[in-house]
Amino acid sequence: MKRGSFLEHVGWTGAAGSAYALGTDGVFAPASAATMGMSFVQISDSHIGFARPANDHVAQTLMETVQRINALPNQPAFVVHTGDVTHLSKPAQFDLAKQILGELRAPLLTLPGEHDVIGDGGAAFREHFGRADAPHGWFSFDRGGSHFIALVNVSDGEAFGTLGPEQLAWLRADLAAHPRSTPIVVFGHVPLYALYAAWGWTTTDGAEALALLARFDAVSVFNGHIHQIVTHREGNIRFATAAATAYPQPAPASAPQPGPLTLPPGELLHAIGYRTVQLTSDVPVVTDVPLG
Amino acid sequence: MKAALLVALLALGVPIRGAAAAPPTVHIHNYAFVPATLTVRAGTLVRFVNDDEEPHTATALDKSFDSKGLDTNDSYTYTFTKPGTIAYLCTMHPMMRGTIVVMK
Repeated sequence: MKRGSFLEHVGWTGAAGSAYALGTDGVFAPASAATMGMSFVQISDSHIGFARPANDHVAQTLMETVQRINALPNQPAFVVHTGDVTHLSKPAQFDLAKQILGELRAPLLTLPGEHDVIGDGGAAFREHFGRADAPHGWFSFDRGGSHFIALVNVSDGEAFGTLGPEQLAWLRADLAAHPRSTPIVVFGHVPLYALYAAWGWTTTDGAEALALLARFDAVSVFNGHIHQIVTHREGNIRFATAAATAYPQPAPASAPQPGPLTLPPGELLHAIGYRTVQLTSDVPVVTDVPLG
Repeated sequence: MKAALLVALLALGVPIRGAAAAPPTVHIHNYAFVPATLTVRAGTLVRFVNDDEEPHTATALDKSFDSKGLDTNDSYTYTFTKPGTIAYLCTMHPMMRGTIVVMK
């Protein structure tokens, strides 16, 4: 990744804080590309239970996000939450998150973040958001001509930021059934490439997954974890990291450490929100919509 | 807080010499355990306190202790009874590493 292009994409979280890319312009492609008539919504990093100055009302901002999504004239095929639903994996936090997300009109898919698997290996997460068809957490499905894959690259321990050999073997077999022309859409929590490894914003064995994905004509990877919008491309694989519904984090290397970024009063809602993704005959049209 | 600590000490059966004395403490500060290596005698209660805005854990690699999620200003105490060297990390930020050396 070239550092210049990288900084260009993350500059909106700088000192000014509100230069959020939004509107109808796709991050990846002109909005005029022929659509396949299917869209989904991505939300991420709700951190229910967080109550610090960066956002002392995370439940309300998630509720507002849900209301905005429910008001979309064309309801998405599904809403995917790419992890860190809760702040500390506490049952009460999962309960509240489930109540709020349960208000969504569209079906919900939920992946765990590392904040959702603290101290219990993900047991509370699975109890609230687990799927019967995904005993290990990862799963895939076909929809509207595309193949969707949800990966788990968080864990309660040293394997944080790792897919692991078992999941990689599953991915290899899952992809083998599809011709290279099938559009592939991948969800995960932590970036699959080394977005900023010094802060742990990478998947240690992500390159192995990307090698399996490289033969496909069009692959889109959507993740969360870093609470800011970053896009990146490697060959036919396009990456888009989403904003949070809770609070922003600093751009890489712009602060001594990552962590909650407290913006000047009135600027938070410009830095959090949801993302719509319209699948097209070419590459997806991605629109990031802030709450403010 | 002191009362809670006293209760914890009593519950653990730790002999209390001057109950007001603060236990050896590892601060979690700026994504690091400070001090990174703490040496104590067997039977010592050690306190881990999170000074960061971000949650952390203090979790032994051998799972002998696990603070689970520590929010800002949360603390966790554990009494180290067996002599030896115990490596631990933050499960949420595994680059954060620490060591407790327990002497006889």
